[in-house]
Amino acid sequence: MTVDVEHCKGCELCIPACPPAVLTMSTPVNHMGYRYPELHPGCTGCAACLLVCPDFVFEVFRFNQPQVHEVPMTGAGE
Amino acid sequence: MSGRVLMEGSEALARAAIVSGCRFFAGYPMTPFTEVLEHMARLLPEVGGVCINAESELEAVGMAWGALSTGARAATGSTGQGLSLMQESFSEITLAELPLVIFNMARGQQDYFQATRGGGHGDYRHIVLAPQDVREGVEHVQLAFHLADKWRNPVLVYGDYLLAHTQEALAITPMEFPALPAKDWAVDGSASGSGLSKNVTPLGVAKHGQEAFGQEGKFQYIATKTPLMEREVRVESGYLDDAETVVVAFGSPAKFVKYAIKQLRAEGHRIGYVRPITLWPFPFDTVRDAASNARVVGSFELAAGQMVDDVRIAVAGRAPVEFIGGVSTDSSGFGVGRLLEVGEIRTRLLALHEGRTQPQIPGYEKFTYQLQEHQETPA
Amino acid sequence: MTTLDTSTAPADARKIEQLKPDLLLTQEHHMCPGCGEPLAVRQFLETIQDLDVVQQAVAVAGIGCYTSFSGSMDVDLVQALHGRAPSVATGVKRMLPDALVFTLQGDGDMVNEGLQEVIHTAARGENVTCILLNNGVFGETGGHMTATTVVGQRTKNTIDGRDAEYHGYPILIGDLIAQLEGAAYVARGSVHNAGAVARTKKMFTRAFESQLRHEGFSFVEVLTMCPTGWFIPTAEGPSYMNETLGEVHIMGELKVDGRVNMTEELHAENVARQQEVEAKLAAGGLDRHEGR
Repeated sequence: MTVDVEHCKGCELCIPACPPAVLTMSTPVNHMGYRYPELHPGCTGCAACLLVCPDFVFEVFRFNQPQVHEVPMTGAGE
Repeated sequence: MSGRVLMEGSEALARAAIVSGCRFFAGYPMTPFTEVLEHMARLLPEVGGVCINAESELEAVGMAWGALSTGARAATGSTGQGLSLMQESFSEITLAELPLVIFNMARGQQDYFQATRGGGHGDYRHIVLAPQDVREGVEHVQLAFHLADKWRNPVLVYGDYLLAHTQEALAITPMEFPALPAKDWAVDGSASGSGLSKNVTPLGVAKHGQEAFGQEGKFQYIATKTPLMEREVRVESGYLDDAETVVVAFGSPAKFVKYAIKQLRAEGHRIGYVRPITLWPFPFDTVRDAASNARVVGSFELAAGQMVDDVRIAVAGRAPVEFIGGVSTDSSGFGVGRLLEVGEIRTRLLALHEGRTQPQIPGYEKFTYQLQEHQETPA
Repeated sequence: MTTLDTSTAPADARKIEQLKPDLLLTQEHHMCPGCGEPLAVRQFLETIQDLDVVQQAVAVAGIGCYTSFSGSMDVDLVQALHGRAPSVATGVKRMLPDALVFTLQGDGDMVNEGLQEVIHTAARGENVTCILLNNGVFGETGGHMTATTVVGQRTKNTIDGRDAEYHGYPILIGDLIAQLEGAAYVARGSVHNAGAVARTKKMFTRAFESQLRHEGFSFVEVLTMCPTGWFIPTAEGPSYMNETLGEVHIMGELKVDGRVNMTEELHAENVARQQEVEAKLAAGGLDRHEGR
């Protein structure tokens, strides 16, 4: 996916919305002073983040060939 | 309609609206406006139009607003009280530059301020036409729709109880008007998705990418438009060349005043009149010129004194101005009252002309407010 | 954990969801962080496109925070006064019977100022769709209580929670409208999580389809978050909404095919759904198409 970090207002709604929990908030801030989501491996392209984002920050893609990643157990189902 | 048909004023006004191309009307029953609504309800479907008995005056004006936004000719109306309810919408419809035609079937002439000062908030003016009888009413309704479209501004037709219920034999002849530009500001959905969709709005908000006035700009824009509409002033006057006394009167009472003056002239009294046809813009110049040669100017209205303010502004000290009218209703508060009678009016005109105090209406002594002791000195 | 580059599109992938709906001229707006309203706006704009009725669409906007979308929605639009969109929509639809006419209003607008208008418009069966963005506060003027604020909910003037004895009870407008014969489709959605958003989209689809079939009045209420008006951190918006508005204004189709659904049944259905979703999450992941 792509994240338009400069338009993010740091609401953090995408973080718990992500079923495989592959989004975390950044440490640096954007030009408005907000932290923004960063993506870790494991995105399934479900677009839940896009559905709950008030600021139209996400674009979601699906790989033409599935890519396999190992993700830590603690991330799942949060 | 080719031949003349006997019909009541309310029906004549409704038919005039139909021949003007009005295709939407919404209203709420209220005396003496109710019959206009009834006639519109019967006549509009015959021409493929829509008339809705709205559940409140607020909703009536809202529905007319929506219809106007699509480019249709639409109207609403009531009597003064019902129009009071619609004032917020009137102000905002003016800002949105929508051509609303408003019928006030008034209970007297006590809505002059409401009509001309604008009972709503903010800076706005409506053109106000005050017919003296049904025949003129039929012309004014058609003129109203034309002027409303010409200026993209509401126009109010100030009728009354007498006009509504008087029956005259009429043919509703469509009037010819100059051509007007197409309503390219109207919305119908076809521009949605094009990037050039439209907003019909009292706010200064435009679509993203288009230039917006903003609220500040919008107020300026409307404020600069208003004085330009003053060229639509219309007035009738008579017997002014050598008039010592000038009387200003509008609407149905003006017709009575003119009749009384005609009689008094035949008896040698030099009295003249000015009849504003547009209450806004008020014919300040005509009244001023008439006052320049007169000894006294009177304002005759069926109210406690509203138009007299505009008369004073026009006269600007050139002659004394006296209010010679009064509140005049029947016991219900609606109808035709005691002052709308030629004899009464003659008495008042003569009192004005001969420098005597205006007579008290017999029986009204008991309705006269008595100053109380605690009110005698300023607080 | 390593972070991935999200500044450019990934190679060898196809876009399945775009940044913003085509009918939104710009993604920028002045809603607060965590506001639920843009989530609803996205869904109904996408629905209009999906149904291929873009060039019939005319919006009538009320007055609230969402009013600023009147400039960014690429839809022919009439701006109405606070509470008065339903009557304006009536006038528009009567003159344009084949247009898709919908109102966009907040709870302060529709249920406080404009209660009479929406009830009459529904009762008359006007063939328009009224959309309510319900966050239980007057957002634009600072977050005061409205007629839909639930008992116990925080707002600017009920900062310790709405007190029934002092402030009275909320009006469940969706339920009220469903009782009226002129109402053909009435639904209440929410945007507190992705599943709810997807479910709300279906409601928009059904409401618009109902209008296009000339069935009568349609109504979609959407519970939205207003962390600013509720005086809570933005991230807590969805859970707070669930615990307050969501417990009283029950999500579901309140009236469909002439049948009015009782609140208790809907509540039970919602609970069952939630349990199903939680089970799936525990089993390992959820496809967006399953997140009904």
